[in-house]
Amino acid sequence: MTTIAEITEKLTRGETSARTEVEAALNAAEKLNDELNAFLEIDRAGALKRADAIDQKRGSGPLNGIPVAIKDNICVRGMQTSCGSHILGPYKPPYNATAIDRLLDAGAVIIGKTNCDEFAMGSSNENSAFGPVKNPWDTSRVPGGSSGGSAAAVAAGIVPAALGSDTGGSVRQPASLCGVIGVKPTYGRVSRYGLVAFGSSLDQIGVFAQTATDAATVMQAIAGRDPHDATTAQVPVANYIGETEKDIAGLRIGVSRTLLGEGLDKEVRDTIEKAIDAYRELGAEIVDIELPHAKYAIAVYYIIATAEASSNLARYDGVRYGFRAEEAPALREMYRKTRDEGFGPEVKRRIMLGTYVLSAGYYDAYYLKAQKVRMLIRNDFAAAFAKCDAVLTPTSPSPAFRFGEKVDDPLAMYLNDIYTVTANLAGIPGISVPCGLSAEGLPIGVQLLGPYWSEGLLFRLAHAYQQAHPLNARPKVHT
Amino acid sequence: MPISESDIEKIAQLAHLEITDDERRMFAPQMAEIVTYVEQLNEIETSAVEPALGGLTPEGERTESSRADETQESLGQKIALDQAPDPAAGHFRVPKVLS
Repeated sequence: MTTIAEITEKLTRGETSARTEVEAALNAAEKLNDELNAFLEIDRAGALKRADAIDQKRGSGPLNGIPVAIKDNICVRGMQTSCGSHILGPYKPPYNATAIDRLLDAGAVIIGKTNCDEFAMGSSNENSAFGPVKNPWDTSRVPGGSSGGSAAAVAAGIVPAALGSDTGGSVRQPASLCGVIGVKPTYGRVSRYGLVAFGSSLDQIGVFAQTATDAATVMQAIAGRDPHDATTAQVPVANYIGETEKDIAGLRIGVSRTLLGEGLDKEVRDTIEKAIDAYRELGAEIVDIELPHAKYAIAVYYIIATAEASSNLARYDGVRYGFRAEEAPALREMYRKTRDEGFGPEVKRRIMLGTYVLSAGYYDAYYLKAQKVRMLIRNDFAAAFAKCDAVLTPTSPSPAFRFGEKVDDPLAMYLNDIYTVTANLAGIPGISVPCGLSAEGLPIGVQLLGPYWSEGLLFRLAHAYQQAHPLNARPKVHT
Repeated sequence: MPISESDIEKIAQLAHLEITDDERRMFAPQMAEIVTYVEQLNEIETSAVEPALGGLTPEGERTESSRADETQESLGQKIALDQAPDPAAGHFRVPKVLS
């Protein structure tokens, strides 16, 4: 699988061109789309035009000539943005997300928009209005969600990097199920301007790549304060590549024995234990920590995320853009019909849950209570980080499951996020690193969580692991 | 606090969602299960805990995010109406508000 580092090297030596690389990516995207359904839109004309312009200009941006894919809930000017839903109709944003502008400034070439769970709500990419994405390792199984398309595109080698979004694990969990690196930055590290909002206190744009170094390169390009997003922080962006290559001997990695106990698939547990041993061999010190309120994280998340979603999705009403239901005699009916016809069942379920927990008489019992337990979860991590530099957990409780296995049991589906939602609640960064395959050949990922602004440390830990234990396997479906 | 089908109807009204009878029958037990699940938070003593509203890190809270009160470029009417389902005379036209 070609990496950003490899492409950049070849471009510098004149052994390839942006056009060649982008064309290869476009061909692969088109060729594999029947099998994977990873892309909702592939922009051949636009991407080739841009690749030619880059070859002409001979720029030297860190992502010069690199083909990338973008999750379809991130706005790219003039390209359809569906958020995996029917309700946006043919909507094409009149502006770029800030993260997109920064990728383009760095020289990247966007080849298309990737499939995802509707409005980023899901853990399997089965909630897309445009059909599920298939896992390149076994196409009868889910790629994870909600950024399933971006994960599959990188896993199959179509593009070396892709953007996704992570509200409860939607970058890290599909990265784990698809055997690639997936990273969610600290809340406020990357601008949410142009990321279609789901849970505004939880959402972050994240990065998929094959290697920690590649992921660091992309994160470097998109991170930083943005006046368009008041929740971005005025914190300097570290030199992630410089951090990534440092040795890890002496770093302390915290492990919660409780989290490795409950409901965890035995194969996942064994693989994570091997990863812990690997870190010990690399010179890290393994420290016992506990996260006493982590077991409440799903309950907290599904109150806060749904509450925020019910507010954020109120704007989809057929008035200004997107789909509008026909034959509605009056405004209220138009709203109701548009939203009933435009939204899928999971979105409706979450909007209703959110409406319920925010409604008069219930706000204190549910939403306020959840925000207080959220504070306790934040405090748990602060206490843990006094004893260790990073916390290690599995990313997902199981490898990729089969299509249809969990669609009729929403709560069972929600429990896939058990290890990932804590990072969104606490605002801390997290990375998933491929660390093994199950007996059925399905990827398993290990998750590292760090204090605020410690993305460099996470890349460093991921890189050290990958150097010592490369996955050395390819999915069944690949370029 | 079990959620009934009539609760679903009320919630759907608040959320401007028109759901079918089949959907109501499907959603009611699912939502009841989820609400029962989240009620485990009542086990935890939180009277002395501040809510973590907003999700900002300490650095995020300290970041000055207001701007100078000067006009900047905006979308403009033409672009704003460009994808409207029913633009008319510079407005977003909608079905009548009052029946």
